[in-house]
Amino acid sequence: MANKTVLFNKHLESNGKMVDFHGWDMPLNYGSQIEEHNAVRQDAGMFDVSHMTVVDVTGTDACAFLRKLLANDIAKLKVAGKALYSGMLDDNAGVIDDLITYYLTDTHYRVVVNSATRVKDLAWMEKQSASFDVTITERPELAMIAVQGPNAKAKAATVFSAEQNAAVEGMKMFFGVQSESLFIATTGYTGEAGYEIIVPEAEAAALWQALLEAGVKPCGLGARDTLRLEAGMNLYGLDMDETINPLAANMGWTIAWEPEDRDFIGRAALTEIKAAGPDKLVGLIMEQKGVLRHGMPVFFTDADGVEHEGSITSGTFSPTLGYSIAMARVPKGISDTAEVEMRKKRVAVKVIAPSFVRNGKQAF
Amino acid sequence: MSNIPAELKYASSHEWIRKEEDGTYTVGITEHAQELLGDMVFVELPEVGDTVTAGEDCAVAESVKAASDIYAPISGDVVAVNEALEDSPELVNSEAFGEGWFFRVKPSDEAEVANLLDADGYQEVIDEE
Repeated sequence: MANKTVLFNKHLESNGKMVDFHGWDMPLNYGSQIEEHNAVRQDAGMFDVSHMTVVDVTGTDACAFLRKLLANDIAKLKVAGKALYSGMLDDNAGVIDDLITYYLTDTHYRVVVNSATRVKDLAWMEKQSASFDVTITERPELAMIAVQGPNAKAKAATVFSAEQNAAVEGMKMFFGVQSESLFIATTGYTGEAGYEIIVPEAEAAALWQALLEAGVKPCGLGARDTLRLEAGMNLYGLDMDETINPLAANMGWTIAWEPEDRDFIGRAALTEIKAAGPDKLVGLIMEQKGVLRHGMPVFFTDADGVEHEGSITSGTFSPTLGYSIAMARVPKGISDTAEVEMRKKRVAVKVIAPSFVRNGKQAF
Repeated sequence: MSNIPAELKYASSHEWIRKEEDGTYTVGITEHAQELLGDMVFVELPEVGDTVTAGEDCAVAESVKAASDIYAPISGDVVAVNEALEDSPELVNSEAFGEGWFFRVKPSDEAEVANLLDADGYQEVIDEE
């Protein structure tokens, strides 16, 4: 029996086509995935992300614990509400999960982790916390709605209370604030402006309905995937997992090497991997017909004339660009072209840094 | 429940054919098939003059979800292709049985039409999936 989010009936009311997503009944689309994608790029769309897991880390050692647990350094967070993206690594530097941590107070951090990794994440956090004075509390009573797009903030403002609008006034990217019953954050998974709103389950359906009436279009997992891929954002389980280190997943920028004496989990393994020259995650674009897909082999010839093979981790048709884009993991030495084997032939592709669309426009 | 017009014939691989007044047959994919595939992004069609063989792949429908081979329901020569799909592949989603047609075939053996399913037979195929 699949889990249902508190918004399940709202999805049915909007003719959501429900599919199983890691044990959750979630909407794939509400008719057309491409129309939903375009709504987020051009106007405003919303996603039920209540299946994601909110975890509060509290206690006098909260900061010290998270500095050990995460490859990025939460000591960078000095202003209340500021958020940080990080990998949570194992001892071999494999990515257990990628997550966002919000700094609320010195003794209270909020962490949002993926749903598919919830059980192992919580078990790992509990295990690592043994020698720290912290309490790890899952918050299953909280739902989450992401409102994204160039008009998302303006439309959300018509739904927020005066106090909530005052709280988000002038809030920069990657911040969160608790205002009345809502935790409102300027984060997202689409490459557009907007909010991720954590809301008590009892109020979630009313918030969804109010946003719907404000002209925000419901969007499913299909559009969520094409939007995040255009934005060059990783999907856990496809672009990285426990067998992949963050340097091979375009997450090098999330590793805080300084200060050198911070002994985060995975640091020793990661130092060796870095010295050896890890694989890298690149972006591919193919302007001719066809769609690059997960698992297709990628070939390139390095400066010494040696052919190497990699593999597409995520691929799709980009509705914004009108052709196919992908992320691929390849050995070091790739330049700006490669070939992808698809449907028994090799097709030339361009190799770029994996960021395709930002704020509605081509990003490369 | 998908719409299955009674006047068409169907292949179990989800193509339909319709006999035209000039004796050719128009080929497309069913409403059910387009629902399964989702938003169409590219359609690769045969060329006019190509010979197609019943049961063999002769076109590709590529959606956001997957690339899917399209099989010729009957054998014959391709006499027309739906060029509108080049710029508007979404016609396959919006009008699977109409403007979203793929190509037209002049049959080499019209007896093959009898091997195809009627609307009830195709409904059974869907029900068994």
